[in-house]
Amino acid sequence: FSSLFHHCLSLYHPSISDSYERRNEGASRVIGTILGTIDKHSIEVTNCFSVPHNESEDEVAVDMEFAKNMYELHKRVSPTEVIVGWYATGFDITEHSVLIHEYYSREATNPIHLTVDTALQSGKMNIRAYVSAQMGVPGKTVGVMFTPLSVKYVYYDTERIGVDLLQRIRLATNRTKGLTSDLSQVGGAAARVQDMLATVLAYIEDVLSGKVTADNSVGRFLMDLVNKVPTISAEDFENMLNSNINDLLMVTYLSNLTQAQIALNEKLLLL
Amino acid sequence: MASRKETGSSSNTGMSSTSGTLDSPVKQIQIEGLVVLKIIKHYQEEGQGSEVVQGVLLGLVVDDRLEITNCFPFPQHTEDDADFDEVQYQMEMMRSLRHVNIDHLHVGWYQSTLYGSFVSRALLDSQFSYQHAIEESVVLIYDPIKTSQGSLSLKAYRLTPKLMEICKEKDFTPEGLKKANIGFEHMFEEVPIVIKNSHLINVLMWELEDKSTVSDKHELLNLSSSNHLEKSLQLLMDRVDDMSQEIVKYNTYSRNLSKQQQQKHQYLQRRQQENAQRQTRGEASLPEEDITKMFKPPQPPPRMDTLLIAGQINNYCQNVKEFTSQNLGKLFMAEALQGHN
Repeated sequence: FSSLFHHCLSLYHPSISDSYERRNEGASRVIGTILGTIDKHSIEVTNCFSVPHNESEDEVAVDMEFAKNMYELHKRVSPTEVIVGWYATGFDITEHSVLIHEYYSREATNPIHLTVDTALQSGKMNIRAYVSAQMGVPGKTVGVMFTPLSVKYVYYDTERIGVDLLQRIRLATNRTKGLTSDLSQVGGAAARVQDMLATVLAYIEDVLSGKVTADNSVGRFLMDLVNKVPTISAEDFENMLNSNINDLLMVTYLSNLTQAQIALNEKLLLL
Repeated sequence: MASRKETGSSSNTGMSSTSGTLDSPVKQIQIEGLVVLKIIKHYQEEGQGSEVVQGVLLGLVVDDRLEITNCFPFPQHTEDDADFDEVQYQMEMMRSLRHVNIDHLHVGWYQSTLYGSFVSRALLDSQFSYQHAIEESVVLIYDPIKTSQGSLSLKAYRLTPKLMEICKEKDFTPEGLKKANIGFEHMFEEVPIVIKNSHLINVLMWELEDKSTVSDKHELLNLSSSNHLEKSLQLLMDRVDDMSQEIVKYNTYSRNLSKQQQQKHQYLQRRQQENAQRQTRGEASLPEEDITKMFKPPQPPPRMDTLLIAGQINNYCQNVKEFTSQNLGKLFMAEALQGHN
């Protein structure tokens, strides 16, 4: 496989981190199965679940029964997902990984191995993907090499919104945040656009004053941006605006009326 | 992690002892980011065609907070032996999750909705059985349409204690409801939601922000509103039609009742007259017949459906109003933008 897409990354990576946090005492890492769909040259990873396992210096034991069971259960909900590989927390690939990888190659053709560095060994949480390849002299000692794959993150729309929300939570103190509603949301979105405009403006200032050399492609983007604001004659715009506002006001009035009506109905019944 | 297990088991015993009280023990709901994303993903994958997707929430109770730490989805009811599959599936899932130390305590369920139409008999029954068994359970309603418009729409509801009592007695007659003094506003209570992430997940989020592109869709600032508005109003109109039918039913019932009262009255009067006449003639008076057997009172129509419809209409109206207020804001912003041209 030439590339690997992490679809729904935002879903299953917290799941992996969560399993890591909940690991049994004494276990240094967590492993689990990842599910997804296989395309021609890329794999989309959409789900995962952790599998209990024991690891010591000499041996490794994986609860395969459990893995099979969980996969069956998951298949009932999303029948299109298949086992595409397995994941492990931790930085390196150990010898035990080879054994586990072998098990998974029985379940799926050419499984992927994913490592999530939850111990933050290199200062960041690295997420890497590998595929195994045979190496060595055929007929004699044969070994397995893990070759890395390129990883890309893809989101759905609604998922993007969920992830954005989580990003905002990360910035909040106390790591918690309530859900906003109504106009405050619109205000928030407008503030974000305003921030972006401020960044763009700062860049333009820099270019004009000569601090930064002008980049033609950026210039073209800027022209697109300015031209996107449609030029409508003032009258037409007034009309559109007014008719839209009228529609919305009418709907508000009608819904208020309906609410008053049912409230009245209730009161009359309870007399 | 060990301490979390302890609180899990102690809250289990704690909950079984407080199942007798009917106060609302849950003041706030704390959801992990993981659960939110799982629900979104589930709807994305399953719910494109069908109406609702459902699943179970797992977590634990801490003081007056309900923490939801994980969830798993329910498969759709496609096979015939859906019942057996469900229970079996649930048991197996919980058992498996227990192996990997995930909180396996059932604390509620979630459901997706279209345009806010979730107040139905099925929901009421499910939530009632949940709340009866587990005191603190909630139902999370996820609205994907609203979420795709820019902001996550996730609400948590519980049944009010009054409604719980009524459901227990199954007394849905008008008199029963009048006794309990329930209006459609007192059916569900909304519990505020707070979303929380652990530190490790925060680290993950930093990583993701580096690696992923800035979201280029600002759906929330989209000006087109007519589509959504039309659909909402259509649903609202349907509900109002249903409501008017129920009202007509109730009116005929009360008219029948009053007619019957009149008939009873007339009959009694005639009886008395006859008795008076007979007495004057010196004959024995006719025996008092059992009136109730003669005039069977008409069946009062069950009011529960009406209550649900009223609640649903209320919900629709709230949603519509919220939507229109947002759009008005956006329109004024657009006006400001045009004003500079």
